[in-house]
This record gives sequence, C-alpha cells and structure tokens, in this order.
Amino acid sequence: MERMNVNPTRMMLTSLKKRLKTAVRGHKLLKDKRDELMKEFLDLARENGRLREDVEKRLGNVYKNFTVASSIMSQEVMEESLMFPKQGVELQVSSRNIMSVDVPVFDFRTTAEDPADIFPYGFARTSGELDNAISELSDIFPMLLDLAAKEKETALLAAELEKTRRRVNALEYVMIPRLQVTIKYIQMKLDENERGNQTRLMKVKDMMLEEAIAEKKAKDEAAIERMVESCQ
Amino acid sequence: MYKIGVIGDRDSVLGFKAVGLDVFPTEKAEEAKAALRKWAEGEYAIIYITEGLAVQLEKEIDKYKDSRLPAIIPIPNKDGPSGTGLNNVRKSVERAVGADILFGGDR
Repeated sequence: MERMNVNPTRMMLTSLKKRLKTAVRGHKLLKDKRDELMKEFLDLARENGRLREDVEKRLGNVYKNFTVASSIMSQEVMEESLMFPKQGVELQVSSRNIMSVDVPVFDFRTTAEDPADIFPYGFARTSGELDNAISELSDIFPMLLDLAAKEKETALLAAELEKTRRRVNALEYVMIPRLQVTIKYIQMKLDENERGNQTRLMKVKDMMLEEAIAEKKAKDEAAIERMVESCQ
Repeated sequence: MYKIGVIGDRDSVLGFKAVGLDVFPTEKAEEAKAALRKWAEGEYAIIYITEGLAVQLEKEIDKYKDSRLPAIIPIPNKDGPSGTGLNNVRKSVERAVGADILFGGDR
C-alpha cells in the first residue's frame, strides 16, 4: 500500500493517528450496518420473489377470464361496460425507516359505496367471465400494492447496501492500510531523526572532551615548564 | 393524495380500469415513454407497466429506480409472464450482494 505524501512531523503523526482511530471506528459501524441491511434485504428479496410469482400466476388467471370475456362480447360492449368504474382508489403514501433508508408505505382505500358491488355495468349484456375477472382482479389488488411496496423497498435497500458495501471495502482495503503505512513511515522517520541527533550529540561531546583534554594538557605542560624554569 | 397508473397494451390493461386505476393503453414505446414521464413527474406513486414495454423503456425506468417515488413495477401482460419482473428482483439481489444467491440464477 502506498503511503500518503505528507511531511514526517510529530503534528502530522498525531492527526493521522486520530484519523486512523476514526476510520477504524467508522469501519466497524458500517460493517455492522452492512450485516444488518443484508439480513433485512435477503428476507425481503426472498419474500418479494415469492409474492411476484404468486401475483403473476393470479394475474394470468385474470387475463384468461378477460380473454374469454372479450371473445364472447364485442369490443364496444366490453369497453362501454368498463368505461365508468364504480370503484375508485385513494392511495396514501407514508414513510418507513429501515436502517436510515426511507422506504414508502402504501395505504389504500377503495371508494366504492358497496364493496360487494364493484361491477360498473349491468349483468344483462356481459358475460360471467368478465365478472369473475373483475372480482378476482379486485381481490388481488392488495397483493399488487404489496408487491409494489416490496419491490420498491428491495430496490432502495439494494442501492443502500451497495453503497455501504463499497464504503466498508474502501475503508478496509484502502483507507486504513494507507493510514497505517503512513503512520509507520512517520514514526520510523522520527526515530531515525532521533538517532541521528543522538549520534551527532555524542560526536560533539567527544570533540568537546578532546578539546578540553588538549587544553588541559597544554596548561599542565606549561605549568610544568614554568616549574622547571623556576627550579633552575 | 396519490394515484396509481397502468401502462400497457389495450387487452391487458382494460380490466384495471374497472377497479379504479388510471389506464394508458398503448403498444408504442414512444407513447408509453411520454406517458410514463408525465405520470412519474406528476402525482402517481405507483405505475404498473407491462413487461414488454418495461423492457423497451428500461433506461427511462432506471432513472426512477433510486428515488422513493414513484414505484414502477413491471407486470405480465395477457400472454403470461416473460420473466422480466423476476429478473428485476434478481438484479436487485445482484446489485446488493454482488452475486445472485437467492434465485439460483440460470444465467
């Protein structure tokens, strides 16, 4: 891992150490978030798949009935019958928070006066299959809504999960190793400087000692000479 | 107050009108695209779209994938499911986990 391009100073070392600490903590938190999200997501996706299969099967039934109905009735009559629906749907959207992901929650209310009487036509000119199709469609409508909510939730969670996963990996494999390498580099550099300083000091001390000794020797010699001279 | 819309070929979506949803019958991708855009900007929270059209409008649909609303949901048309819908779920799993580990990807 390549180290960062920084000055090897004590101040930089302190700030890098702080950053490393933050990064490690962030990594741990994000990892926890990822694991929890993954748990939620897998359950949700599994349920979503099941629900979708179910809805698709039942919609197939509805379509079958419609096809039969439209082959029995003329297209005009069919369209005329369905032109003015009795039932309306009012949709309320609220939010739910899953691991800081905002997902929509759909709440619906039908506006038919009588829930049993949803057929917007008289029974005289239409076929029984059309009744079946519409009543079944009305039955699976809550499932369709549920599917919409689940599918959106899955997509949103997937996006969040991808982001979190990337962050965790970036921290684990790039940020943290790089910080560690840089900290080590600075520490070694500082130690090296320290040692350099130490040897320099020792050297200087030696030199000063030598000088002092030489001076002392010279002084002594001078004193001896003076003594010898005075004795003569 | 939000609305629910359905886009698809006439025979497939007609029934949804009877249960009170807004319907836009079309088989042309261009028309569907315009309707989708209009609805998505408007007050529609859920837009069901038949799988055939959903495949053609994939780019357009992907735009709304990461926003909270609307939810654009592919549904099978009258010829039965083509697998596009389930594929979407599979794609989500792949995006999240990195590999499809749930639906035994047949790809």
